[in-house]
Amino acid sequence: MRKMGYLISINCVKLLITALLYTCVCSSSVEQKIYVELNQTVPCVRLLNATHQIGCQSSMSGDTGVLHVLETESDLDWILSSGPHPPYMVILETAFFNRSVMMRMKNSSRVSGVAVIISKTGLAHDFSPHTTCPNQNTGVYSERYGSDLANCNVTVWNPLGNGLSYEDFPFPVFALKDENQTQVIRKCYEDHNQRVNGSAPQYPLCAMQLFSHMHAATDTVTCMRRTDLQNRFGINPEVLCDPLSDFNVWTSSRALNISSKGHAVNESVVIAATRLDGRSFFWEQAPAAEGTVSGIITLLAAVHALYPVTQEAPPPRNIFFTFFQGEAFDYIGSSKMVYDMEKNDFVIDLNNVHSMLEIGQVGLRSGRSLWMHSDPVSRKNDDVNAEVLEMMTRMRSAAAGLNVSVAHPSFTQALPPSSLQRFLRAGLIPGLVLADHQTSFNNRYYESMYDDAENLQVTYPPDLSPDEQLVYETDAAKSLAEVATLVARSLYLQAGGENSSLSNITADPKIVAQLLYSFVIQKNNSWLRSLLPPEVTKKGVNSLLSSGPPQFYIGLGPRVHGPVHSVTRFVQYILANLTGTVTNLTENQCQDPSELSSENKDLFSYFWVSGPVSVNSSSEPLCVRASVRLSEAVSPAFELLEYGSRDYSTWTESRWKSIRARIFLVASRELEMLTLGVGVAVLLLSLLATYFISSKAELLFSSAHDTPTTAY
Amino acid sequence: MTVAVFFGCAFIAFGPAFSLFVFTIARDPLRVIILIAGAFFWLLSLLLSSLVWFISIKASNSQDLRLQRDLLIFGVFFSVLLQEVFRFAYYRLLRKATEGLAAISDEDTSAISVRQMAYVAGLGFGIMSGAFSMINVLSDSLGPGTVGIFGDSQYYFITAALMTLALTLLHTFWGVLFFEGCEKSRWWVIAAVVSLHLLVAGLSLLNPLYEGSLPPVYVITLLMGVWAFFSSGGSLHSLSAVCTRRKAEGESS
Repeated sequence: MRKMGYLISINCVKLLITALLYTCVCSSSVEQKIYVELNQTVPCVRLLNATHQIGCQSSMSGDTGVLHVLETESDLDWILSSGPHPPYMVILETAFFNRSVMMRMKNSSRVSGVAVIISKTGLAHDFSPHTTCPNQNTGVYSERYGSDLANCNVTVWNPLGNGLSYEDFPFPVFALKDENQTQVIRKCYEDHNQRVNGSAPQYPLCAMQLFSHMHAATDTVTCMRRTDLQNRFGINPEVLCDPLSDFNVWTSSRALNISSKGHAVNESVVIAATRLDGRSFFWEQAPAAEGTVSGIITLLAAVHALYPVTQEAPPPRNIFFTFFQGEAFDYIGSSKMVYDMEKNDFVIDLNNVHSMLEIGQVGLRSGRSLWMHSDPVSRKNDDVNAEVLEMMTRMRSAAAGLNVSVAHPSFTQALPPSSLQRFLRAGLIPGLVLADHQTSFNNRYYESMYDDAENLQVTYPPDLSPDEQLVYETDAAKSLAEVATLVARSLYLQAGGENSSLSNITADPKIVAQLLYSFVIQKNNSWLRSLLPPEVTKKGVNSLLSSGPPQFYIGLGPRVHGPVHSVTRFVQYILANLTGTVTNLTENQCQDPSELSSENKDLFSYFWVSGPVSVNSSSEPLCVRASVRLSEAVSPAFELLEYGSRDYSTWTESRWKSIRARIFLVASRELEMLTLGVGVAVLLLSLLATYFISSKAELLFSSAHDTPTTAY
Repeated sequence: MTVAVFFGCAFIAFGPAFSLFVFTIARDPLRVIILIAGAFFWLLSLLLSSLVWFISIKASNSQDLRLQRDLLIFGVFFSVLLQEVFRFAYYRLLRKATEGLAAISDEDTSAISVRQMAYVAGLGFGIMSGAFSMINVLSDSLGPGTVGIFGDSQYYFITAALMTLALTLLHTFWGVLFFEGCEKSRWWVIAAVVSLHLLVAGLSLLNPLYEGSLPPVYVITLLMGVWAFFSSGGSLHSLSAVCTRRKAEGESS
């Protein structure tokens, strides 16, 4: 009984505390009167490598400035020299987001931040914030290897690149994606900040505050040393930056036993590779449609086309399909795989590699010709040269009867940026890179947020429902299917397969259409859902299947929806479904089949997937067995603790506490000073008056009869 | 530079209360105790009224905006009545305490008169209610933004500070009048205090129409001040006496 009373009193106290807190919560109502939070923003964040920091950051408490929308050239003068209210927070129209404007603002102390309106209107003919020579220092060409080809001396691959992504901005730069919020900002600007006949606007002015303070600084070496120190001596160690890392996906036409590492006896493999990632100026805004998706889809469709033939008429050599993650950041994935092969820490080693075919950008937006790029330096070796020429011949014969033509650029031209370069660093490996450009990239929006479906020319006729779009074979899908057929056939020939089986190898345009829709339009669709595990397809569980296309920036290990990047997960499960066999295992057996004698975990992975939706809109989950594997894609520099490495990628991403943006009004200095003046006057006056009254209190209040002697 | 606004508002809202405290309260420990206890009683009343409001908010339909506004108005008036009830409770407590105070006092009479207690208790009420209505606003006045993006008046902070100033003074005057009314059993005085408190609370509901709320509140404050002056023993005669005394002092020195 007593205890009960005690409990009740505790509850009462709790209730009282809540009530008190509730009265305090009212404070937020004042805040709501002042600030409009902008939550649909994307920041540019700080990345670091062995020697530099790039990206943007704000000060610890956020950077504030008076809004100014940059619409004409004269606005730029106003911001940089004549405007009376610096510092300015510049709202950039898409058309002005270019190097010259950004660099002028970078060099001015009158700019406290930039917000870029992301829209398609006013988009320049070309825009690539990447460098002109991607992955310049970690490719194969250097002083020691083809010195005349180093630093893109012969061919500049991305001449449109303006290098914005590799600049270090001392102010925050945000992207505004949401049309409604852009309208709110514009309205605030027009109501308060717009110049009338060229004269300065009157207070109160509309201002914006951006928070994107980055914890890491200088370079990876410094940041890792500081993190290390904190870990060693700090009570509450705080990590300042994390290596960019994820997983490569690989599979092979004949299953490889992962329990045995190092050289695989009697194995000769043809590697078919492409890259999995892209990037852009802003964080996690990398649609990479032409730059990356075209290659992924081509290789996936080729795997699908090859699968039945390699089962019925297996070629003598194994075909090893691999999707490298983190290639945009100095070849993270491929350098790690090569490193593991050299260390005998992978299922095969470099001696097992017969040759390599890499799929580059094969969007075929203009024309129908593909180019086979090869490395002129390794071809000085006669054996390699012979094999490369042989590969070219096979590819030409594979192209016969297809709607695409293949040719090779001049033999003095270097390889474009490609994973093959990392293999060539390790040894003489004959290889080709298939791409749709003869010299520099055809992609006008390389590694930018505009490299999207539209850039890849994936457009649908109007009034198609999403389900109809999913299976609609666009021209882009048809041409990618042709390329996939070409790739599949040449891989089959390259693996020693017979010419007679070639006609059975054809990529399915419908699969390509579905892949395209999933990777560049909408990842949350019925087809992709049916290939993924049931738990990720449930709504609201995590962000793996949010709406819109996936983004291809590699990011860091620990993610909201698990340790693996969403694109990696998609490719893994798509591969498993395209090449796997359905088993009749239960869910528990599927997750751990080691006790079953009929199954072999060393040869196969087991995937529990949702399965296709049947007529009564319920799907039956099933267990798929496939030889699809993930392998770590983290730069060997972090394994070797060589944070200043010149051979391996050293890219890290800084950590941060909060990323947010808000707009509000700022009061004039006169009003602020008026408030202060009134305050001081009130204080002094009351001090004087009280002193006077209290000293005369006896006289003032003594007339009343009943007043006892006072202590005044 | 919104620090200027912060200090300006703080000085406006708490300057008079601060100077009153320094010159009339701080030297006497007994007055400090009565002031703190008064503030505590005001807090208790707020706690109870917020509890009632909280429960009614939770119990009602949160989608019905009209109902929510009605509840807010109800909450305000309920809180005012509760504050006055607690003022009366505090009066009873102090009345009881004077006997004890007189017993421990060295002199025969009590160390503090009822009239002084009334003033100190009223100031305690005023300071605490002022702090509660102002501190949230003050913390937001630090910036960087100011009110107005939704079309509100940009004088929000200074008017909030002025309102707090008036409220602090009003509580002090009401304390004096209320205790006087209780002491002399003049119930109409108490009724006038309660109804004027209700009126001021009602006027604050007119915000953000500051022209509608601030001047009447200041008129009421001025009238209350005059009334409190006379009721606590002041008179025109004493006022003129102060002036002439000073003149006389000036001549003699």
